[in-house]
Amino acid sequence: MSLRIFVPRDAGAVAVGADEVALALEMAASKVDVEIEIVRNGSRGMYWLEPLIEVATPQGRVGFGPVTESDVNSVLNAMISDGAHPLRLGVTDEIPWLKRQTRLTFARCGIIDPRSVEDYRAHDGYKGLERALTLTSDAILADVTASGLRGRGGAGFPTGIKWKTVAQTSGEQKYIVCNADEGDSGTFADRMIMEGDPFVVIEGMTIAGITVGATKGYVYIRSEYPHAVEAMNVAIAAAKRAGYLGARIGGSAHSFDLEVRVGAGAYVCGEETSLLESLEGRRGLVRAKPPLPAHKGLFGKPTVINNVLSFAAIPFILAGGAKAYADFGMGRSRGTMPIQLAGNVKFGGLFEIAFGITLGELVDDIGGGTFTGRPVRAVQVGGPLGAYFPRALFDTPFDYEAFAARDGLIGHGGIVIFDDSVDMAKQARFAMEFCAIESCGKCTPCRIGSTRGVETIDKIRAGERVMENIAVIEDLCNTMKFGSLCALGGFTPYPVSSALKHFREDFGPTPTRLEAAE
Amino acid sequence: MAPVYEPWDAIRGAEIIAEHTHLEGATLVILHALQEAFGYVPEPAIPMMAQALNLSRAEVHGVFTFYHDFRHEPAGRHLLKLCRAEACQAAGGDALVARAEAKLGIAMGNTTADRRVTLEPIYCLGLCATAPSAMLDGRVVGRLDEVRIDALVAETQR
Repeated sequence: MSLRIFVPRDAGAVAVGADEVALALEMAASKVDVEIEIVRNGSRGMYWLEPLIEVATPQGRVGFGPVTESDVNSVLNAMISDGAHPLRLGVTDEIPWLKRQTRLTFARCGIIDPRSVEDYRAHDGYKGLERALTLTSDAILADVTASGLRGRGGAGFPTGIKWKTVAQTSGEQKYIVCNADEGDSGTFADRMIMEGDPFVVIEGMTIAGITVGATKGYVYIRSEYPHAVEAMNVAIAAAKRAGYLGARIGGSAHSFDLEVRVGAGAYVCGEETSLLESLEGRRGLVRAKPPLPAHKGLFGKPTVINNVLSFAAIPFILAGGAKAYADFGMGRSRGTMPIQLAGNVKFGGLFEIAFGITLGELVDDIGGGTFTGRPVRAVQVGGPLGAYFPRALFDTPFDYEAFAARDGLIGHGGIVIFDDSVDMAKQARFAMEFCAIESCGKCTPCRIGSTRGVETIDKIRAGERVMENIAVIEDLCNTMKFGSLCALGGFTPYPVSSALKHFREDFGPTPTRLEAAE
Repeated sequence: MAPVYEPWDAIRGAEIIAEHTHLEGATLVILHALQEAFGYVPEPAIPMMAQALNLSRAEVHGVFTFYHDFRHEPAGRHLLKLCRAEACQAAGGDALVARAEAKLGIAMGNTTADRRVTLEPIYCLGLCATAPSAMLDGRVVGRLDEVRIDALVAETQR
């Protein structure tokens, strides 16, 4: 007999023992004389079940997890006999946590072999590009615009308008740049898709290239993601061999080439102009805008720069899904958002769903609260530059504008959950400290303000003239917010101000009344 | 497994630089390649890069010093990076960092006197749903607890 077994190669699964499980499976199979084929897939995004291994059956793929090396023999026996096992999860697709999602961007992640173009094609891959090759640039732009897709990196700028600007700008050389410098804590969707379905990113970038007339693209991946770097390099080589990259893509007149570049541990390089500087081989100093990258981007040439998830959303949209995509969501936030539940969470992972779901549903129903079992006290949405929300704001729907209206942001869709042991003054201090470490140094409010912020919060935490120092922090936040060139200095006030506003009690006693002057 | 690096050699350094000079914006690529070969970016490589890329020494030095990844001197035999970002903080990472520091007798950002191990902070490995996380000599480890952090520290002592 022969079994097809899936063991994720995703870094999140590898970090909890997937490689050891794969090795042990091969050993165990050789002993019981069963032929097995191990496919190293991406993650399904249910990280509390990782390593989640699956076996192909006539009923569908049956999952087991979380599997350790010592479980392998008994799990393999259960796979062979189709019998019961304490770790058996049933048909993976039927697991409610997965079934409740709307997976458009992550449709294939965890399902296909991320190194195989054939497998990608067998699961509707390259349909978007094939259709795009039959369309004019204007018709592609019309689809992207109609989908309502907004930049998934955090800024939420309409992708159709960005692409149109580059398409209309003349230039002998144009570039497509993929921002895979996913530095926000609590986010891992870019990593997951690059490791689990890299071809969807390649396809999205290729479509961007033929739309705006760019022949060269770069994927800028942070150095903290070695697995993603490898996965993208392998996939790019495979796409080249299959004629999907290089000269005359898919037999058309278009050429498009891709190259991976690796960052070097600078958080600020996630900011698009800093990233472009870094790609050019310079210090990652933020550029003033205008000129926009669409007019003068990489090496001064017209450049489309988008987040990984924006490119990854494109193939579905171009495969005739523009209207279907736009039909999901609320208000001006159309489509789906791959939301990441992280930190002190019981059921952590990637949950792709239409905009509009409330923060409370995400944290309590889907995330299941904390893994420590203590009450949820705060969540930080949108990475180190995102606001801390208390339970009182859990009715906020996941939507760019709804979060902005409550002085927050959804950013890249990461939600970090904290239990009631969190010290919010410490978290506010960390936000300033992180900004001080990562500031590129170009503008004063960010460079100096962050360091002064750390010092002032230290004074508050030591109980030194608390009221006056809180006023200093508020003033400092205001200066950083309006005086910084980019989002690092400009948004660091979000976590600080929100911690102060919603968790004032953590910053020392509030005087109930002023003493009457003699 | 501790990585093995070549000792600095100017001829080998020049070869590595020459391999990449044809690339657009090659500076970071070359710095990475040098560090991969030698374990750090040796000082004599900076003027060599400047000449090969037609840049000033100051420009190359500026790039080299801007990025956290590039080392001025070799790290310890093992490199243990512990994530200090919010998701790992929320999952109890700070206490594990303190534990590792106490066990190794060094603070974050330092190398033990016997040069066996360098302990460094890292800001997010993207393993935020299996936090707290670490990276030992390039290998990722998630769901850290006291037992696992002790095992990682023990591994650096072998």
